[in-house]
Amino acid sequence: MDTHFADIIPTIESVQTGLGSTGYIPSRQISTAVFLAMRLGKPILAEGPAGVGKTELAKAAAEFLGLPLVRMQCYDGLDESKALYEWKYGKQLLYTQILKEKVSAVLSKDDTMDAALQRLHEFDDIFFSERFLEPRPLLRALQEPKGAVLLIDEIDKADEEFEAFLLEILSDHQVTIPEIGTIHAIVKPVVILTSNNTRDLGDAMKRRCLHLHIGYPDARLEEQIIDSRIPGIEASLRRQLVSFVQQLRGLDLRKLPSVSETIDWARAILLLNATRLDTEVVRDTLNLLLKFEGDMIMGGKAVGEMVHRALRDSGVET
Amino acid sequence: MTAMLLDLLRAARGAGVRISVAESIDAFRSAEVIGYSDRQALKDSLSLTLGKSLEDKKLFEDTFDLYFQRQTVTSGEEETTPRARPPGDEGEQDGLAPLSSMLLDNDQAGLAAAMEGAADAIGASNIALFTQTNMFAWRILEQMGLPELDRDIAHLRGEGADEETAERLEQMRAALGTQARAYMERQLTLFSAGTTREIREGALRNVRLSQLDRRDMDRMRTLVRDMAKQIATRYSRKRWQDRRGQLDIRRTMRRNMSFDSIPFHTIWKRTRIDRPSIMVLCDVSGSVAAVARFLLMFLYSLADVLAGLRSFAYSNHLIEVSDILARREIDDAIEEVMKVVGFGSSDYGRCFADFAEIAMRNVNRQTTVIILGDARGNRNEPRIDLMKQIFERANRVIWLNPEPQSLWGTGDSDILRYEPFCHQVTSCGTLTQLERVISEMMQQAQ
Repeated sequence: MDTHFADIIPTIESVQTGLGSTGYIPSRQISTAVFLAMRLGKPILAEGPAGVGKTELAKAAAEFLGLPLVRMQCYDGLDESKALYEWKYGKQLLYTQILKEKVSAVLSKDDTMDAALQRLHEFDDIFFSERFLEPRPLLRALQEPKGAVLLIDEIDKADEEFEAFLLEILSDHQVTIPEIGTIHAIVKPVVILTSNNTRDLGDAMKRRCLHLHIGYPDARLEEQIIDSRIPGIEASLRRQLVSFVQQLRGLDLRKLPSVSETIDWARAILLLNATRLDTEVVRDTLNLLLKFEGDMIMGGKAVGEMVHRALRDSGVET
Repeated sequence: MTAMLLDLLRAARGAGVRISVAESIDAFRSAEVIGYSDRQALKDSLSLTLGKSLEDKKLFEDTFDLYFQRQTVTSGEEETTPRARPPGDEGEQDGLAPLSSMLLDNDQAGLAAAMEGAADAIGASNIALFTQTNMFAWRILEQMGLPELDRDIAHLRGEGADEETAERLEQMRAALGTQARAYMERQLTLFSAGTTREIREGALRNVRLSQLDRRDMDRMRTLVRDMAKQIATRYSRKRWQDRRGQLDIRRTMRRNMSFDSIPFHTIWKRTRIDRPSIMVLCDVSGSVAAVARFLLMFLYSLADVLAGLRSFAYSNHLIEVSDILARREIDDAIEEVMKVVGFGSSDYGRCFADFAEIAMRNVNRQTTVIILGDARGNRNEPRIDLMKQIFERANRVIWLNPEPQSLWGTGDSDILRYEPFCHQVTSCGTLTQLERVISEMMQQAQ
C-alpha cells in the first residue's frame, strides 16, 4: 500500500473538501475514486460524455495536492517519441561539430585504427546521456521530484499499439530507454486517463485502472457546481437554469448538454442581465446548449413548456 | 470478512460480472483501505475496482444490495408482548432451549443472527438448484436448534402444564420454517444464477434455431447481441499495409529533419485496408418463419455494431431494410420488416432481380454478400444468371442455410444449383454454427 498520501488525505471526506476548495464539486463516487487511486497507486480511468468534468478532475486534483499537472493529449498516430522521450539530435550534432578538434586532438595520440576506436568508445556515452534527452510528458511525469498528476487525455483517440505501450508505465511506474536503462518514478504520479468511449479499450488496460464513470450530475450537484463556478448568481435563477437543463436532458437529443454547457449558458444569461428565465431569452441562447440543427428544432418546440416548469419548480410566479 | 467478500464476488460473477483473480485481489486491497464500516463507500470502491463498464457496474451494485439486504426474522406473532414471566423468576426459566426463548421473546436481532450463523455453518451459499431450497432450509432449522424446540413443545404438552405456550411455539415453528425457505430462496438467486444461466445458455447455443422456444427469445437476444459485439470488436481495428518500395517522401523528410534530412528512418507509403463492406440478404418467408425472427435479430445486432452493413429482407420480393433496422428498436424493427415482406412464399428469382436493381452496382471487390435462406423457391425460376453475376462481382458470396445438409436438393430446394456460384455454402442451424461461420468470414476478409 502506498502510504505517502496517507497524511494529506486521511479519509474520503478530506478528498471531497479538498477538491471542493479548488472549485470542483465532486460526487461521492469521484472522491472515493481519487482516494483509492492515491492509496492503492492505481490509475483512474474516467469515462463519460464530453463536458462532464473529466479533464477538470485532473486539474482540480493537481491543484488540491499541490502537484504539477502533466498533460498528454492523445491522438491518432501518437508514438513514443512524442509521448516519452526523444534524443536531441540537433544538439548532439552541434556538439560533435564543436568538439571535432578536441576529438581529433585526443585521437591523434593513437597511431593504429584499433587504438583510436578504443579511445572513442570511452567517450561515446557522453552523447547518449540524460543531457541529450528531451523528456516528453510521460517521462516528465516520472521525473518530477515531488510527484505529479499525469493526465492522459482521450486515450481512446490513440491507437491500440500506444495503449499497449502505456501498460508498463501504468502498472510499474517505470520506462525503459535502451541507451540509458530503466528509469523509475521518483515519486509515483497520480495518473488519470480519460476516454469518451469512441472505441472500447483493451481489457488489459481496463483491468489496471479504477473504472470511474462520470455521468450527468443530478440537480442538487449541478446547482452546487454552478454556484462554485459562477459565484454571485442568484439562487432562484440558478435553480431555474438547472431545472431547465435537467429537463432538456430528458429529451431524445443527439448530443445532450453537459455541465460545461450549463456553465457557459448561465454566464450568457447573466451577461444578458436576465433575472429570470423567459421563453424569449431561452430561445436566443439555446444554441449554447444544443449543438445540432435537429436538436435545436426539437428543443425549440419544447422551450415554452420547459421554461414554465422550470419556473414552477423554483417557486416563481408565472 | 474475507469469507464474506469472497461470497460477494462469487455472487457477482454469477450475476454476469467478469472478475479475474487479479481484480479480486484489487477488491480486497481497496476494501482494506476503505474499511467495512461505511457500506456506501465500500460499495463505491468495489464498484470502481470490479466494474469495467457501465453495465458491469449496474450488475455489481444490484448484487451488492441484494447481498446485504438483511432479512428480518420474527416469531411470526402479530402482537409483540413479551412473555409474561412468573414473578420473581428472572433467570433462564423453565429450562427452555435458547431458540424457544428467542421465539417467545420475539428477539428479532437474535433470531436473524442465529439464522445467519446456521446458514454459514451448513454452507448455504453452496446452493445450486432450486430443488435444494427445502433441504437447505431444513438444515438451517436443524442447526438453529429445531430438535430442542420440538422437545420443548412436547415437554410443555406432556406436562399438560402450558398448552397455550405449546400452541404458540408450534405456530412460531411453522413461521420460522417459511422464513428459512425465504432466506434460502434469496441465497439461490444470489449464488446459483450464474450456474443456471450457464447451463441454459450453453444449451441454447446448440439448439436448432427452428426449434427455439418463444420464451427463450429474450435470453437469445442477449446472447446474439454479445456475439455480434464480440465479432465486431475483434475485427474493427484499423489496418494498414505498407506498400514496400514506394517512399512517402513528405513524411520521411519530416521524420528525419533532426538528422539534417539524411533519411535514417524511411517511411513507406501505405494503404489502408478497408473493412469488408457486407451485404446480407435475409429470408423471412413462410418456410423459414421459425428462424426468420432470429436471423433478423442477428442482422439487427450486427448492423448495430458494424458500420456500413447493408441489409435486405426477402420472401416473394426483396427490399432494403437497413433504414428500418437503424431507426427502430429491435422488436419494432423486426415486427415492421415481417409486416412488409414477411411470410410470403419464396420467389428467389424475383428477389435476385430486385437485388440486382437496388444494389448490384454497389457490389464490388470489397463486398461480401451473405445470403441467409433455405433456397426453396417454390419451383419458380431461380435466376442462376443473376447469382452468377453477383458471384463474379463480389469478393465473397456466402450462403447460410438453416436446413441440415441432408435435406439439400430435396423437393423444391435449389441450393445445389446455387452452390457453384458461392464461395461457401454452410448449414447453419444453431447459434454456435452461426458464430463460427461469421468469425471465419471476417478472418478471411482480412
